[in-house]
Amino acid sequence: MSRILATGITEFRISFRNRWVLIATGMMVLFALVLAAAGSAPTGDVGVDRLSVTVASLTSLAVYLVPLLALLMSFDAVAGEVERGTLPLLLTYPVSRLEILLGKLLAHLAILALAVTLGYGAALVVAIWSDPGAIEGIGSLWRLIWSSVLLGATFLGAGYALSALARRPSGAAGLAIALWLVAVVLYDLSLLALIVTDGGGAFTTQALPIALLANPADAFRVFNLSAGEAVAAAGGIGGAAGAVPLWQSATSLFAWPLLAIALALAAFRKVTP
Amino acid sequence: MTPTLTISRLTKHFHSVEALNQVSLSLQPGKRAALLGHNGAGKSTMMKIILGLIPFDSGDVTVCGEAPGSAAARMQVAYLPENVAFHPALTGEEQIRHYLSLRGENPRNAPELLARVGLAHAARRRIGTYSKGMRQRVGLAQTLIGRPRLLVLDEPTSGLDPVSRRDFYDLLDGLSADGTTILLSSHVLTEVEARTDSILILSGGQLVAEGTLADLRARAALPIMLLVRPAAAHAAPLAAAFPEAVVGADGLLRISCAQAQKLPLLARITARGADVADFDVIPPSLEDIYSHFSRRDGQ
Repeated sequence: MSRILATGITEFRISFRNRWVLIATGMMVLFALVLAAAGSAPTGDVGVDRLSVTVASLTSLAVYLVPLLALLMSFDAVAGEVERGTLPLLLTYPVSRLEILLGKLLAHLAILALAVTLGYGAALVVAIWSDPGAIEGIGSLWRLIWSSVLLGATFLGAGYALSALARRPSGAAGLAIALWLVAVVLYDLSLLALIVTDGGGAFTTQALPIALLANPADAFRVFNLSAGEAVAAAGGIGGAAGAVPLWQSATSLFAWPLLAIALALAAFRKVTP
Repeated sequence: MTPTLTISRLTKHFHSVEALNQVSLSLQPGKRAALLGHNGAGKSTMMKIILGLIPFDSGDVTVCGEAPGSAAARMQVAYLPENVAFHPALTGEEQIRHYLSLRGENPRNAPELLARVGLAHAARRRIGTYSKGMRQRVGLAQTLIGRPRLLVLDEPTSGLDPVSRRDFYDLLDGLSADGTTILLSSHVLTEVEARTDSILILSGGQLVAEGTLADLRARAALPIMLLVRPAAAHAAPLAAAFPEAVVGADGLLRISCAQAQKLPLLARITARGADVADFDVIPPSLEDIYSHFSRRDGQ
């Protein structure tokens, strides 16, 4: 445990020096503020408090931004150590590969948690400033924060796995961007295309819920939208959120980080320095 | 005494290339052994196997009574890789604190460790600003953590100036006096000659020679060179008395002789009396012995 903590502290320090803390927080705050400002224009004909509406749009933001930040922070984790030549020495220390990965995860999760808390917090301030009643939606904001951290953990683990597979930072960066495009952008586009062609048939009722749960980003979106009261405020894939029970999306949200870390460990074990 | 390191019939292939072939050796506690060999002779491969970083094909390796790379072995072994590298964004002190924590030691000892390798003044600067020699010292500092029983040092003195090299070997002397076994590779033969107990020569993946310098010198049986300086105006009679000598442009007579002929030759030289102004005996250098053993394999 102390070795995980020591690795985490060192990794956090490195990320801080590399401006990653600043970049991640800056991006989250900026985008959250833009969304909060845009969301405060129409008045409450949705019938819920303003914060819940903001949370619905923040969810759509987080689906894109949190995986991106997580992959950007993690793609260098193993490949960078290989390229710098720091890995052989590290592996002669009495620290297991799992402890090394968990230490890095701890640091990167702390940065993500800080970034989303500050970002969503900024949106909260804006929402309460324009409508004091918005405080009622604080529960959904809290849910958004911890589920964002879980979503981040999944993509951090995936990033470590790609980093260990590629063994070179340039290759790992390419794989990370490809994963982001496929998992976050193309997956949803293909689902939408299938829904349109299916026209409410067997695919939409049977396969779609499973397809949504199988992708951590969609599970995150479905979880936050169906848990919140603002499903109606969300469009697109989010509209299907009602079809998936809450416990299923929550299970997917909790299971994915474990699976991703297991994959990362398996890939890291194959790296010989 | 149980050896700190035992290797028997170790063999390792990289695809079709034989990196190590039937290598056997053992190192007792407190011994300092130098591993010599050309580039590609298998030195780094052997070190990585001892550390458990890479697997091997056949043979047995025991490190401090444990399997190489096991958690128990890693607790007792310290390593300095060739061209040691660290994250440039960390300071020397932060890096050493991290390594101390990983070994379960108190991170507050970092400044003291850095002072031992002469880096106290730069402890709070980022490693990215360090010279190669300074990074090498950070590498040395991390090997001193937690009194290891086996030190594996790959080219430890590369990038160090002569004074730092001397300080470094003084550090090693102190460690080996406390019972730490040291295995180091080096290209600088003169320092290895003076500061290690035994020499291991690897050539083409095979251990071609093993022993103290005196052992190897006797086994190689290389000729000794005697340099004789004639007294003024006595050069011609002296050269006539030693027809086997080669007279150099500097006027010195160079006589090559086998070990067993050394004393009789000395007697002949001293018998010349006033003809001889001075003479020197030059034993075969470690370079000569090293080339002798590593060439035997057809290299």
